[in-house]
Formats: sequence, C-alpha cells, structure tokens
Amino acid sequence: MIETRGLRKSFRSRTGRETKTVDAVRGVDLDVAAGEIFGFLGPNGAGKTTTLRMLATLIEPDGGVATIAGADLLKDPAGVRRRIGYVPQGGSTWDESSAREELVLQARLYGITKTDAQRRATRALDAFQLSEYADRKCKTYSGGQRRRVEIALGIIHEPKIVFLDEPTTGLDPQSRAHMWDEIRRLRTEGMTVFITTHYLDEADALCDRIAIMDHGEVVAEGTPTELKREISGEVVVVGLDVATTPHAAEMLDTEAYVSKLETVDEGGLRLYVDEGAVAIPQVLRRLDHAGLELRSIELHRPSLDDVFLTKTGRSLRES
Amino acid sequence: MKLARDTWLIFQRQAQLLLRNPVWVFVGVFQPVMYLLLFAPLLKPALNAPTQAAAYKIFVPGLLVLLAIFGGLFQGFGLIAELRAGVIERSRVTPVSRLALLLGRSLRDVVSLISQAVIITVLALLFDLRVFIGYLLLAYLMLALIALMTSAVSYGVALKVKSEDALAPLMNTVAQPVLLLSGILLPLTFAPGWLQGVAKWNPFSWAVDGTRALFDGDLSNDDVWQGLGIIAVLAVAGVVWAARQFARSVR
Repeated sequence: MIETRGLRKSFRSRTGRETKTVDAVRGVDLDVAAGEIFGFLGPNGAGKTTTLRMLATLIEPDGGVATIAGADLLKDPAGVRRRIGYVPQGGSTWDESSAREELVLQARLYGITKTDAQRRATRALDAFQLSEYADRKCKTYSGGQRRRVEIALGIIHEPKIVFLDEPTTGLDPQSRAHMWDEIRRLRTEGMTVFITTHYLDEADALCDRIAIMDHGEVVAEGTPTELKREISGEVVVVGLDVATTPHAAEMLDTEAYVSKLETVDEGGLRLYVDEGAVAIPQVLRRLDHAGLELRSIELHRPSLDDVFLTKTGRSLRES
Repeated sequence: MKLARDTWLIFQRQAQLLLRNPVWVFVGVFQPVMYLLLFAPLLKPALNAPTQAAAYKIFVPGLLVLLAIFGGLFQGFGLIAELRAGVIERSRVTPVSRLALLLGRSLRDVVSLISQAVIITVLALLFDLRVFIGYLLLAYLMLALIALMTSAVSYGVALKVKSEDALAPLMNTVAQPVLLLSGILLPLTFAPGWLQGVAKWNPFSWAVDGTRALFDGDLSNDDVWQGLGIIAVLAVAGVVWAARQFARSVR
C-alpha cells in the first residue's frame, strides 16, 4: 500500500549568521501492507512528522521514490491526495465552526456533491459518537471530542490510507483508550492506518507493525513481538553506588549467563540474560561475596524501549 | 469550472463565519462615520468649498479608498489564525484549487468592503451628497479592485511571514506613506510641487483622483480611466503573486 525507497529531506536552518543544513530524514525505506496499522515510533525530532508530511504531499522530498496506494508521490501528487487522508498533529478545526459544518466543507473540497457531503457528515458524526454536539462550535468541545472530529475530517472522503500524526498526544487516559478503539475500527473498515507516536505502550498495543526511527533513519522494523524477541531473554537491572559500579561490571561481565552488560548512568548495571530466575540468585551471590552493597534489583521482560536502547544506545524515555 | 466551484465553497464558508460575528460591520463603519461627523465639518472652510455638499464630494471618495486599502491590508491576520489552527493545512491535503483558496477569501473581503461603502455612501447622502448612480457603481468597481489587491497581498505576505508580530508593523509601514501620498484626507492640489511629483508614483493617488472625478460626475476626466487601469493591473499582479504563495510547497 505504501512503498518508499531512499526518501530524503533536509532543511536549512539559520542561527545568527551561520546557515546549517539539517538532515531531517536520511533515506527511509518502508513497506506497508494493505489493512495494517503501521506505527512510526521515535523521539521528538526523529523525522517522523517530516516523513509523514512528505507522504501526504505537504512537503517535497529532496530524493527517493514512493508509491502510495498505487500513485507515484513525485509524478502524481494529486492522485496521492485523492487516495489518502491526513490528520495533522496540531489540530485542524476552526473554533467558530461546528463539527457538521467542518465535515461538509471538507467533503466538498474533495469534490463531493452537497447532498452526498451532508449524508457523509451525518454518518461520520454517528460513527464517531459526535451527533450530540454536531452543531455546537468546535471551541466548546473537549480535547478528545475535538480529536475525533479531526479524524473524521481526515477520512470523510473514504481514503485507502489515513495518516495520523501523534493521534493521542495530549489526551487523558480514557480518551486515549477510546481513540485506540476508533483507530482499530478504521482498520476493520478496510483502511490502512499509518500513525506516528512517541508512546511505547501505544506502539506496542495498537500497531500491527512498527518502524523505529531515530535521527532521520529507520533503525528497526517489524511486529512488536518480533522486535522484542530480537532482544533475546530478559533484563536484570541492578542498582548500585556509582563508585562501586565499575568494579561490579568488571566482575559480572565474565559470567557465562550474562550475554550483554550496560552501565546505568545514575549507578548500576543492566544485564541481558536468558532467564532472570536463574540469573538473579547468582548475581546476588557474586555481589554479596565481593561485599558490594545492593540498592535495588529489578527484572524486566524486554520492552520496545529495550529495543530502542539496543539500536540507538539511548532510552526513548530519556530522549 | 472547478475553480469557480471551489472559490464559491471557500467564499461561502468565509462569509458565513463573518456574518456569525456581525461586530465587524459596526467596527468597519464606526471609524469612517467618525471622520464623516467629526472631521468633515472642518473641510468646508479649509477647502474653501462653496457648500458642505461640495466638501463631501471631495472627502467621501477619499474616505472610501482609505477604507478599501486598510480593510484589505489587515485581512492577513485572519489567515495567520487559520494557519495556526491547521485549517490551511487541512485544505492543502485536498485536491482543492490553490487559487480558489485565495480568491474565495479575497472576494469575501471585497463584498464586505462594498457593503461598508454602501452604508457610508447612504449616510453621506443624508449630508446632501449627490452622486449619479452609474458613476457611483464605477467608483465601487474601483474600490472592489483596490480591496482585491490589498487583501490578496496581505494574504500572500501573511503566508510568508506567518506571524502577527511581523505582519502588523510591516503593513503599517506600507500603509502610512501610501495614505499620506494619496491625498486622501486633503487633496494634493494643495501640496508643494515636489510632493505632487512624489505622489505621482503612488498608484493609490491615481485611484483617489479617479474616484473623486466619478463622484464629481466628470466621466470625461482622464483620471477615471487611468485610475481604473492602474488599479486593475495591480490587482491582477497582486492576485497572481499571492496565489503563488498559496501554491508554494504544494504541487
């Protein structure tokens, strides 16, 4: 449904007298299948939104090719536009208009007739449980209601693909769960959904497949389960004093059951092991023998954050 | 066909939003009426006009041109608010005509300006101003072209600067010399020669002269056609330039 090869974009930014070129997106290859929820996971500034805006014809790529729902992004942007919906991150509704007015107008901008546009608006308001407030001004809506109007605007012309940029940012937990249901509903209706997110749990729970993005590049791609499985085993996090950490690291690095070891900045170690239940008693014994004081010990199943950490050397939570 | 349909869609939407908030009519008419009531009475003695009506014939056309220039130049603010709300981006992902995004808005501004102009003309009639209706309609055409140009330019600049903080001083800086050099408040016939020479380079001074001739019922005056011609050319240029700004970065 979406196929990109070597998609690139750089921006020129000026600070004082110096002009700097920032490579926002440096060669992205993606293959998104029809009917899946595909997620772009990465920290702010990773190039997710820039990639999305390129795919939505809003900015021109500097290089690379892309085919979207059968239309060539570079040669036929108008064709792409007809086949896709795009829901921007910062909102797209006007305070003084009502949801119904916005929906009818948006449908008509796609060339749909007035009666058909009104019919579609009513149906969308129903589907997104907005009928009750349909004729009130958008400025009276809650964050969650407004977000639902925006998604309804993005799919009013029944696109094959809808791009949602950070669809749940700024929503309370309840509205967020509601939004996940709405997004899953879009997939049931046969749409391909492409979202960006910097929430690990969202990528994990909602997306069929994800691409992890960092510094303008895709560093990993697959289903959440596949990605987590790549990080074999489990992670034991040992809390120690900063002073004793190097000593402990030296000692535990040679142990056979530790496949990989990382130092934690605030003191302590992350040990990648096959099985936590086997490793923990041995770790405790070794540390006790050496007389090193233990502050805490935790066992983690690998999360997408661990995937991010192994691929980029940073935690997504910190960046 | 598609352009006309899309323009109508945008126009309808913008007009609807404007009508929902009718304060603008009051605001738009209040200032000119103040000029009419509190400034115009000074003109009869100052201009040495035989009657108050004669003074209005000189002053009202200038006032209307002033309204058209300023009304248009400050429309960009609304567009910046729309940019911020994401409404423009939402239109840009649809196949809507980029020119229609501009024309629909600018035509709304033209219609609102003309309705203000009608109100002011009617009020001036109460002060014994008399204009032949055909000439008045030509004068309104001039006003419409001025408003079309200034609003288009304002939208184009708004898309370029994207911030109210930059737009306000920019528009004020442009508007002030244009205003002073167009003989709007007092005719430039009183001006020293060098000032008249400079004013010749201000297209709005031609527009004011043309509109005054029309209010004076002097259709044979060259100022009428020169004014209309100059403003028409500039209006087309303004629309073309601003439409490019709308289409920029969107293919």
